[in-house]
Amino acid sequence: MLVLIGILIIIAGFLLRFNPLLVIMASALATGLAAGLDIAAIVAAFGKAFNDTRYVSIVWIVLPVIGLLEAYGLQQHARSLIGRMKGATLGRLLTSYLLLRQAMAAVGLTSVAGHPQTVRPLVAPMAEAAAEAKNAALSGDQREEVKAFAAATDNVGLFFGEDIFLAIGSILLMKGVLEGYGYVIEPLHFSLWAIPTAIAAFIIHGLRLRRLEKRMAQQDRMQEASA
Amino acid sequence: MITLGFVYVLAGLTFAAFAFLGLRDRTNPKRFGNAAFWGLLAVSMLAGDRLGDFGNGLLVLALVAIAGTGQIGRAPGGDVPPDVQAQRAAKHGNFLLLVALIIPAVALAGTFLFKWVPGLADPKQATLISLALGVLIALAVGMARLKPPPLLPLEQGRRLLDAVGWAAILPQMLASLGAVFALAGVGEVVGDLIGTAIPEGSLFGATLAFGLGMALFTMVMGNAFAAFPVMLAAVGMPLLIKQYGGDPAVVAAIGMLAGFCGTLMTPMAANFNLVPAALLELKNPYGVIKAQIGTAVPLLAVNILFIWLFAF
Repeated sequence: MLVLIGILIIIAGFLLRFNPLLVIMASALATGLAAGLDIAAIVAAFGKAFNDTRYVSIVWIVLPVIGLLEAYGLQQHARSLIGRMKGATLGRLLTSYLLLRQAMAAVGLTSVAGHPQTVRPLVAPMAEAAAEAKNAALSGDQREEVKAFAAATDNVGLFFGEDIFLAIGSILLMKGVLEGYGYVIEPLHFSLWAIPTAIAAFIIHGLRLRRLEKRMAQQDRMQEASA
Repeated sequence: MITLGFVYVLAGLTFAAFAFLGLRDRTNPKRFGNAAFWGLLAVSMLAGDRLGDFGNGLLVLALVAIAGTGQIGRAPGGDVPPDVQAQRAAKHGNFLLLVALIIPAVALAGTFLFKWVPGLADPKQATLISLALGVLIALAVGMARLKPPPLLPLEQGRRLLDAVGWAAILPQMLASLGAVFALAGVGEVVGDLIGTAIPEGSLFGATLAFGLGMALFTMVMGNAFAAFPVMLAAVGMPLLIKQYGGDPAVVAAIGMLAGFCGTLMTPMAANFNLVPAALLELKNPYGVIKAQIGTAVPLLAVNILFIWLFAF
């Protein structure tokens, strides 16, 4: 039971908005001590895991390219492209991206898109431009919400597409764990059972994107009425 | 053959350049902290395998000390003025888009190429290696046509990374915390707790506990992979599969997706939820999570219903 202290520290630390790196370190030390490890062993275990997971942080190598393109106006260009498309509404744009992201993840192409690669330079500015085309002026809060939904759409598309792909890590994990209990299951079965949820995710998130678009238009009308 | 080692060297050199350029930036009062932080990360990328476990642990403690005491931050200003950007956008327009799409296109092509043609690159890391190659190709093409000052990509890249700040290593830190949790047996304790909370003899109750447990435990760990073996051992295997005869493929596959609903709702999944908020410069660091809750909660309910409908 005592090892759960680390979870309490994480929850309290995030709620109180302490620096997350400090919270994580405190949680690791408390958990390790509660489990009877000495400090040197905890530091070594943490260091080993940090070194083994370096691949998580290599995505930042895309930043020089993004920085170069943004300095030459990529975000403005993405915006003006959407501004010129008559039918490109916020809802339609993000729903198309959702479908594209799900389809790509479903064939195993998970790292092709992502927050640094596609959301910041392309999807978020396009979504802002699409919202601006319908609404006279976006308030700061509205702009913030549009950008947050662009990132959210990338996540939903990735999570509920990738498990349709046979060779993704989570499917191999499920296969391995179930084999430990004596159930040998073909990866295809896990893949197929990911499809109903993928469809449900597309419908639920797609409906929310439509409602976001309507809500923004409504706020705009109210603003005009009061002005 | 190209391996992940090549990508680590490339990342290490990039972080080293960021550290060096940061040190030169006299407009930033926190330039020493920035340089030390990205410099240590460069050391980790370039020489992590030679530092030993304890050495890597000390490196992490130093990173936490620098960031946790507020020693890193971005310099004010330095943006290319919007009218200059607009002028350039009008001139280079679609070429910029083309260069932006080189990265995903090369990642895509390389993933297939390296799997079909053995010996070129480590097929297990094909996508990450292709991503790195895509970056190099995009940079070369962009530099050749746009002819910017030679250091501009690194300078602008550094400013973007400074805006993200310490959140850049948060995903790696959380993954490492997961390893300590595993070592301490946190999973088993949580699994036992949830196992004892289920009402006796209720199939729907057990399904509900499994789905909710997957989501909640994923929220705590930030990762459905860590939650899956624990929840399967505590509820999925003994009750849903053994006692009620549920289809193991359905229980596992949809149970995992119930966990993914938890991933959408937790700051612990930093690379999906907190890093983009920093990258998009949102005022609320939890803005992305806020946008996702409305999708995650109904989808979790649907997943629990699907297990109940399809597994039995």
